[in-house]
Amino acid sequence: MSFEPNLVGFLCNWCSYTGADLAGTARVKYPPNLKVIRVMCSGRVDPNFILDALARGADGVLVCGCHPGDCHYVEGNYKCQRRLPITRMLVGEMGIDPRRVRLEWVSASEGVRFGEVVSEFTEEIRSLGPLALQEWAFDPAAADAQLAHQGGEHA
Amino acid sequence: MPKPKLGLYWAASCGGCEIAVLDTELKVLEIADFFDIVFWPCAMDFKYDDVRALADGEITLTLFNGAIRSSENYEMAKLLRAKSTVLCAFGSCAADGCIPGLANFTSLEAITRYVYDDSPSTVNPEHVRPQPVWDVPEGTLRLPQLWNTVRTLTQVVDVDYVIPGCPPQPDQIKAVVDAVVDILKNGKPLPPKGTVLGANPRACCEECPRKRDVKKIRAFVRPHELIPDPEICLLEQGLICMGPATRGGCGAKCVKAGVPCRGCYGPPTGVHDQGAKMASAIGGVIDSTDPEEIERIIAGIPDLVGTFYRFSLPGSTLRRRQV
Ligand code: SF4
Ligand code: SF4
Ligand code: FES
Repeated sequence: MSFEPNLVGFLCNWCSYTGADLAGTARVKYPPNLKVIRVMCSGRVDPNFILDALARGADGVLVCGCHPGDCHYVEGNYKCQRRLPITRMLVGEMGIDPRRVRLEWVSASEGVRFGEVVSEFTEEIRSLGPLALQEWAFDPAAADAQLAHQGGEHA
Repeated sequence: MPKPKLGLYWAASCGGCEIAVLDTELKVLEIADFFDIVFWPCAMDFKYDDVRALADGEITLTLFNGAIRSSENYEMAKLLRAKSTVLCAFGSCAADGCIPGLANFTSLEAITRYVYDDSPSTVNPEHVRPQPVWDVPEGTLRLPQLWNTVRTLTQVVDVDYVIPGCPPQPDQIKAVVDAVVDILKNGKPLPPKGTVLGANPRACCEECPRKRDVKKIRAFVRPHELIPDPEICLLEQGLICMGPATRGGCGAKCVKAGVPCRGCYGPPTGVHDQGAKMASAIGGVIDSTDPEEIERIIAGIPDLVGTFYRFSLPGSTLRRRQV
């Protein structure tokens, strides 16, 4: 079976979510891989939302906000613009391809562009393959088996 | 009334937490007087079989320091969990993984290769490696096996309370001991399970006397490149200070001495990941809206993840590096 990327998108309420809505009403075609979470502003996207999505099975995370200068809260997107590169750097140093985290500006009128962004991102992550984190969950069965191999008790 | 029983144990740790207990000075005599110490391998002669011989829940309180990094650490975590009524993760290693947890930046294979072959002081032409099980005429010898991924105590067994810090500050230990004695003597209720003891819910910045005045920076500096102003926030002077992403409780010790907080109290209440919190905090102090300049400024942060997760990699959101 071919790999279908599992993508999480954080979209700001005022521009990008409306843009995504427009893509829907305008019947723009794009892949169904993105699970959209509406946030009030891209400045609300705590970097831990991104890490958490990756830790819980997302193959990629897309953050969309209003174009610079257009944020409903004046500078939320500038905040996001400074946090995202640090988050990407952090993700990269943790051994995860930073292309799995992407920031795009999508305005309320850019329904077509939203479709393009999602298509492009889906294809990029498809080419990167699934993000299978090694040994994230603790495996008590494996630890117990190892302990049994050690004789069950240490002196 | 028989004395309540106390256990202290060290798993993957440096021994600093044990020293911190001794650093409570006269309090340690009070501890020895009030409790019947049934297990404390660092300070007194006990064997694991002494613990195995106890009934389940017989130890009133166990202070467990150290991360879980080997079959032996794991066995002792399970054993002490079963034998203790209250199990407390004591110190940063047990709580968040701490310095031993930095092994999660690499792999067991790479660490073993370095230690047994590649380190400059090693001569090992036959590439000898420790064998976990080895038969000799006298019987079978066993060595604990190391894990590829270091875990926090909370990740492997059920933990009742956490006392953070690398190490927990003696004054905080004293306060916790006083509270425990009060509870046991006067039959007071225990705090809710999961409570963090001996620390503050809020960030280290709240305890820091330095002035913050939304000053923005255009470059980060390392501690040897700057003599910091004694009154102004270190982060605003371009030093990576982990204060915003670190639990208070130490009284901002390092920062008061002019050294950036390294993050040893772990994340404050409501924050799961120190690195993500620092990414936010740093995003707040950078003075630029130009993507290229932002990239240049953050590229100047020395050892980003090693700094952000110095004390908390195993307990962080991603838990280990992908190698
Ligand atoms: S960042 Fe550091 S120096 Fe600044 S207020 Fe917080 S603890 Fe103090
Ligand atoms: S200032 Fe930070 S690193 Fe220093 S003792 Fe306090 S919490 Fe630990
Ligand atoms: S409201 Fe859209 S980015 Fe702030």
